[in-house]
This record gives sequence, structure tokens and C-alpha cells, in this order.
Amino acid sequence: MSVDPVLSEAPARPDGPDHASGSAAGPRRRVVRRLLHNPLAVASGLVLVVAVLVGVLAPVLAPYTAEATDFGATLAPPGTPGHLLGTDDLGRDVLSRILLGMRASLLVAVLAVVTAIGVGVPLGLVAGYFRAVDGVISRLTDLMLAFPFLILAVGLAAVRGASLGNAAIAIGIAQVPGIIRVVRSDTLRLKSLDFVAAAVVDGASDLWVLLRHVLPNATSVVLVQATVAVPAAILGEAVLSFLGLGIQPPAPSLGTMLAAAQPFAARAPWNAVMPGLAIMLLALSFNVFGDSLRDALDPRGSRR
Amino acid sequence: MTTATTTTGDRPAPADGEPVLEVRDLSVTFTTEGGTVSAVDGVDLTLGRGEIVGVVGESGCGKSVTAMSLAGLLPRSAEVTGSVELLGRQLRGAPPAQLRAVRGNEIAYIFQEPMSSLNPVLTVGRQVSEVLQVHERMSRARARERAVELLRLVGIPSPERRVRQYPHELSGGMRQRVMIAMAVACDPTVLVADEPTTALDVTVQAGILDVLRGLRDRLGTSILVITHDLGVIADVADRVVVMYAGRVVERAGVEELFVHPRHHYAAGLLSASPTPGRYAAADDRLQEIPGLVPTLAEQPDACTFADRCPAATDRCRSAAPPLAELDPGSGHEVACWHPRGSTPTTDHPAGEEDA
Amino acid sequence: MARYLATRAWQSLLTLVLAAVVVFLGIRALPGDPALALAGEDRSPEALAAIRSEYGLDQSLPVQFWQYVTRMVRGDLGTSIRTGEPVSEMLRTALPVTLELSLLAIVIATLLGVLAGVVAAVRRGRPEEWVANGLALVGLSVPHFWLGLVAILYLAVATNLFPASGFVPLAEDPVANLHHLVLPSVILGTGLAAVIMRQTRSSMLDALSADYVRTAEAKGLRPRVVVTRHALRNSLIVVVTIVGLQLGALISGAVVTEQIFTLPGFGKLTIDAVFQRDYPVIQAVVLVTATSYIVINFAVDLLYSVIDPRVRVAGEAA
Repeated sequence: MSVDPVLSEAPARPDGPDHASGSAAGPRRRVVRRLLHNPLAVASGLVLVVAVLVGVLAPVLAPYTAEATDFGATLAPPGTPGHLLGTDDLGRDVLSRILLGMRASLLVAVLAVVTAIGVGVPLGLVAGYFRAVDGVISRLTDLMLAFPFLILAVGLAAVRGASLGNAAIAIGIAQVPGIIRVVRSDTLRLKSLDFVAAAVVDGASDLWVLLRHVLPNATSVVLVQATVAVPAAILGEAVLSFLGLGIQPPAPSLGTMLAAAQPFAARAPWNAVMPGLAIMLLALSFNVFGDSLRDALDPRGSRR
Repeated sequence: MTTATTTTGDRPAPADGEPVLEVRDLSVTFTTEGGTVSAVDGVDLTLGRGEIVGVVGESGCGKSVTAMSLAGLLPRSAEVTGSVELLGRQLRGAPPAQLRAVRGNEIAYIFQEPMSSLNPVLTVGRQVSEVLQVHERMSRARARERAVELLRLVGIPSPERRVRQYPHELSGGMRQRVMIAMAVACDPTVLVADEPTTALDVTVQAGILDVLRGLRDRLGTSILVITHDLGVIADVADRVVVMYAGRVVERAGVEELFVHPRHHYAAGLLSASPTPGRYAAADDRLQEIPGLVPTLAEQPDACTFADRCPAATDRCRSAAPPLAELDPGSGHEVACWHPRGSTPTTDHPAGEEDA
Repeated sequence: MARYLATRAWQSLLTLVLAAVVVFLGIRALPGDPALALAGEDRSPEALAAIRSEYGLDQSLPVQFWQYVTRMVRGDLGTSIRTGEPVSEMLRTALPVTLELSLLAIVIATLLGVLAGVVAAVRRGRPEEWVANGLALVGLSVPHFWLGLVAILYLAVATNLFPASGFVPLAEDPVANLHHLVLPSVILGTGLAAVIMRQTRSSMLDALSADYVRTAEAKGLRPRVVVTRHALRNSLIVVVTIVGLQLGALISGAVVTEQIFTLPGFGKLTIDAVFQRDYPVIQAVVLVTATSYIVINFAVDLLYSVIDPRVRVAGEAA
């Protein structure tokens, strides 16, 4: 027996998530309702939708192409007619390059996170479900962790050359251990629940149990992990491109813009400030939305 | 080991000392997102010097909240009204510093889970001696020596070695003894034991209850035992307070209650338990009464037990019975319109018939 | 505990060997003839032959790996193609800079992160928590190399309070050394501070609702003592592991920070090596990073078992 419920838990305790079936419509609706009631979630969600739209439509939205130079107006300050956010040292429009750079950031982030999920989810499921391979996968995770993403990117760049794809791979591999960890622990948890045991007793194959019972229930932890992984990937891309290990100039990227702005930073600070703010806005909205999502999914209510 | 049956006989008469703790009309409500929830409603409680009073009831009946409210230990979301007087000093609403001086010093607590209630990363010696350092202004070295003595007092073998150990290195019974040593370190006037034996094996339980009885006998400590286990009550208590859904429903000397329970809830509790003196088996607790404990907010003007009561009438559902003595001077009080053992014509408390 | 540590030691060693295999195979995966890549400018047949025999490229793969490992263990990390200097010598001058930078960053991040996390947990639901949470989210989201650029622009260049770049060795002038490292280590510490803050807050919230904290309150301890001696002590155990796991991010961050503040450390060495295709240096850098990550995390495990008495004894009982 525990202490009186009044002390051990809030009296208005929300009911726990329904793990008894894969199609848990009730909890899902509750999560959406909770998100809609959280102003921060709504605001960050809106920013995200706009950011994704901007990313998709950037070539249409951008007033200039990324490489269009205007030598008559190099290092023009923000507010210059025709160049809302000014121009860089080659007279390229900063706004256009930021929009196209955000597109590149999102592309790399999506590639990286999809890679990480594609590799991490199966490994995590297998590690949590089959004790025999758990140790092997744990060592593999340790191994991946031992190569920080930048060092991995350095190695990849050395062996295969610097490119957008290699940057995405380096970032993606760096995120695999995190995905494995959350999926593994959720699989362990789900495996001990009655409905999985019941399926096993009914003679379902391991693959069937994993795909039909464990995987659908593990989606929420993967989703939360992904909302943490995307902003990390956006920052990672910016770092790699800044160092010259990612997207190669003159292709527009927020990271390369910052690198290019460095020598002129004192004369044209907007060149160095604007792309950074764009990165931060993207990452921040993902992080805020991710936090709200985690709160909404937490059966204990708003906690962390 | 002393069995409960033998101790019941030679127990001191109830309330042989002057009252040290007087609780009057204590109510506690919690404010939550879903509105306010009443946990305790108008509870009166008196604890005499050297007396052991048992508060019994199902989980959620407000007994632990009552206990916690005595020294202001409830979370900020709790609103407490009424009066809590310790040796004539009002504690309810007292400033935090004053309450801190009382806690662990004049009113000390023993909690249910001796594992989670002890700090896992501090040695037990440190946890006992820090009370002494705070309230008795002892030096660290002196407090440590005293901690060894206290551990010995509560029956922990080789205490010199134990003080340097961490909680997880001790058995459940030993941990609970450490909790007791911590609680009695400053020789408290009142000891509140909240489910002191629930998490323990039956044999270990008896040892812990022996320690509590010993403290009362040797130090004259007044003890409030909060429990759902009538076996514990039968073993140590002088008087019993039965709580149901935030209210006191019956109050009597321990033998009186076990022999003549007047409230139907108390009777239900007793029939769901083995005879007094034998410990309840773990799976044989109080679940035998049909129905669920209601939250108090649901029925402000009714007997809270009416829905589960075999003797309930319309009257029980329209007015809350007051707590009153059945026979003046007996000290046996009950809050019931139709107490057990009464003929319908001598209906309690106002003698009215509600046919 | 001995058994637990033995298991961890064995696992760490295994990871170390696997890491060496990965790096070894990585070099073999270089496009074209690795000897050509390792040779740099001098591509005469004699030089190539010398490299082949030096690196054992004419041997079978297992033999090559064995030679490779024994050379590494002896501290022979090869010779830089660009400078002709032994790579171990280059690391010896670069590593102290990075080490000092990282240590300072960890200290700053831990102090700030733990403090903010405790405040956020204790002042739950009040403005202080909102501020601390907001700062942590920004700390997680801000590209810290950009923060570095902005800091140089508006703090170093504009006010001259801090040097914008450069390094003075600790042994030469401790004051100037610190002066040069303050800004870079604060910048490097921001991300880590945010992570530590969030972890501290979350563990503190758990700890503050734990039974032992209620016991501490029931003893009449002052709130400050309850928070520090009882709740924080338990929370810090988790925080220590977080610092270990964040080491990878810290190493990555150090590389970029050094690049921005032109500190002559490990990161600078790394980036220069990539652009100069200085393969022996890249190989050494990757290997040294992996090794230090593994060794430091093993050390964190040791530390963990020292500060958490439960691990200490659980292992003894096992």
C-alpha cells in the first residue's frame, strides 16, 4: 500500500496512456487537445509550418537566385531598396540566401534524421526484444558514440570529400545511438506488458509482434526523439558548412553564409547576424515544439 | 516476542496523562486543476501524555493528510483550517521558522517506506545526527556519538558499524529502526508514526511495535499511530480513532471498539480482519466492505458511508450525523444515525426515528 | 564493485579495439592507393615503396592491423605530410590548449547549469523557472559558433574587453592565458550548460517529491539544507553521467570554437589537416578522439560508482 493518494499523486490525475492497442485514438486526441491548449506549442507549431513552407517554396519566394550578384550594391545594409536584409560582399541578396539556406538546412536535417531513424529504430527494436543481440548492439552504440559527429564528418570528408550528403550521413550516424536507446528501453517496457505477452502466447511470430504491437506503440518516443534530433541536425549542418565540411559554396547554406561573412563582419554585421538568427529560430521552434509534445505525451501531465 | 493478546490486558488506562496535542475542527482542502478536493473535514483529535492513539481507516480516508498537517508538512496546494495545539501553543498558521523548530524536535515523524524515506546517498549516522545538530546544536562529533546511542536504543546491533553504512545496506526492519532513532533523537513530545509497519514482514512488524511501546513506557512519548491495519491498533494503541472519507466516524478505547464497534464501518473493518491480537494476513485487509470510498466533496450533507452501509436510511443521505457519545461519560463516540447495538427506539444521537 | 568495473573495463577495451579497426579500415578506404595519399608531395617510386613498407601496406590486412596497433601503442602516430613533424609531437602542443578550453567550459557549464536547474526546480511555476527554461531552450538552439562570432564582433572588437583571438600558454602568463580563454570557454559551455540545466531541473523535481525529502522536512531542516544536502546530492549523480555523454558534443564544439577564436588546439589541427589532406594527422586525430572519449567515459563510470553508494555495494554483492 502506498501513502494516501492525495499525497502521492495529484487528485485530478489524467488517465494513463492506452497501451493496450496499436490504434489508440483516445490518447492521440488527448495529446492533440493538450497541444492546442498550450500557447507555446501552438506558436512554435505555427513557426514550424511556416518554416517548412518557406523551405519547400524557397526558390519561388526568394526575390533573387542564390548566385545572382549585384556588384553595384555589395555589402548593402538591411533596408536597401530591393534588398530587404542587405547584400553580402559579392552583392548577393541576404534574404534570398537565407530562405534558400533554410531550405538546405531542413533538407540536411530531414535526411539525417530519416537516416538515424531508419538505422536506429530497427536496431533499438531488436536490441530491446532479443536479449542475445542486446550486447552486440550496445557495443555498436558505444562505438558510434566514440566518434563525435564532427570527427566523423572530418573522417568522411577526408575519405569521400565534403558534401551535403556526407554531412547528412555524419549527423545521422551521430544520432543513431540516441534513437537506439529510446526505442530499446521502450521495447523492453512494452515487451513486459500483457498485450504483447498475449500475442506471444497466441503464437504470433517475433517479427509480427515487433511490427504490429511494439513498433506502433514506440512511435511516440521516436517522435519525441526526432523533435530533439531535427534541431540538433540543423545546428550540425550549420557547423559543418561553416567549417567547409558540408555544403560547398557557392551553394547557399546558413553555415557557409556565416563563414563568408566572417572577414567582413565588422563592416557588415548583418551578414553575420541574420543567418545565425535564422538558424536559431528554426532550432528554437523545433525544440519548443518538441518540449510541448513531450509534455503532452507524458501521462503524468505537464512535467518537464 | 510479546503477542498482542497478552499486552492488551495490562495496558495503562486510556488518557492517563494531560493532553499534549489537541486538534480541533481540522479541515484540509487541496486546490487542483479540477477544482478543490476536500481531504479532511472537521477532525477532532486529542493525544494525552504517554498515550498511544491509533488512527485507522482505508487508504484515502485522510488519516495521513491529518498526520502531515500537524507540523505543517503538507504541500502549498493544501489549505488547512481549524486548530492544532501542542502543549497549548497554536501550530496551525505558525511561521515557517517556528514550525521548523517544532518538526523533528517536539513533533517527530516515522514514515511508511523505510527505503525511500531515507536518503540513499547519506550514511544513516549522518541522517540521525543531522537532527541533533539542528535542534540540539550539537557538534558533529558529539551528534555522531549520540547517533550510535540512539541506534542502540532502538535495538540495532553493532551500531558503531551501522552508522557508517548507507540505507540500502540495511534490512527493511533495520531501516525502520533508523527512522525511529531519527524521530526520537530529540526526545519529541509527540511521535507520529504513519503506517510504521506496512512495508515490513510480520515478524519484523512486531519488533518495531515493541520499540514504539518501549519508547512510550521509558520516555513517556505520546504516539499517534496511523494505520490501515487493525492488528497494529490492537497491539499498541490505547484508544482508536476510526476515519472514513475525511471524517472521524468512531472514537473509543481499543478494547471497547474491538468488542462493541458501534459504527457500521468500524464493524465492517473488524469483520474483514482477523480477531484482535492476530495480525492480518497481507491479502486479508479491508476490501471486504462493498463499494468504494467516496470523495468527501460528493456528499457534504450526508453520512459519507451511507452508500455502503447496510443500515442506511433516507436520513443518512440527507444529513451528516455528528460525532457524539452514546452513553454519557463512556468516552465512546460515534457518528451514526443508526449505531449498531442500539434498538430502533433508542436511536442515536437525538433518539429520533426516521421511519 | 570489482566485477562491475571489470565488465566496464572489458567493454571499454573492446570498443577501443573496434574503434581502431574502424580507423584502420577508413584509411584503407581512401580512394586510390593509400601510399599515394600518405606520400604527399614526394611521389617517387622509392618514396612510395618506403611508405608501403613503413605502413606495412605490402603485408596482409591482419598483419598490417597488428603492426598498426603496435605502432600506435608505442606512441608512433606517423609523420605529418605537410610539416614533416611527428604527429605525436603536434598533438603534444595542441592537446593542452583544447584540454584547458574544455575543462573551463565544463566548469562554467556545470556551475551555471546546476544553479539554473536548481532554481528552476525549487521555484517551480514562478517567473524564475520560466526564465531558466527559456534560457536553456535558447542555449540548446543557438549555434554556438555564431554566438562566438557575435561575441567577437560586439564584445571583443567593439569594447576590447577580451582578445578576439590568439592564445598564451598557461605556463607563460596565467592571467593572459585565462583572459584569452574566458570568451571561448563561455561560448563552448553554453550548449552543455543548457543540457545540464534541463537534466538538473528534471532530477531535482524528482528528488524534491521523493520520500526522503519529506523526511528531511519532517526533521525540521532549513529549506536550503533540504535542497542542497538531500535533493541536490541525489540529483548530481545523474548530472555526472550527462556530462560524460555530452563529451562528444563538447569535442565537436571545441573544434569549431578553436577555429573561430584561432586557438592553436586540437580542432585547428584537425581542420587544417582535412583541407591539406594530411592523412596521418587526420587518422591520429580520429583515433585520439575516440580513445579519449572511451577512456573518459570509463572514468565517469568509476566516478559514478564512487559518488553513488548504491552502485558501490550493488557491485560488491554481485
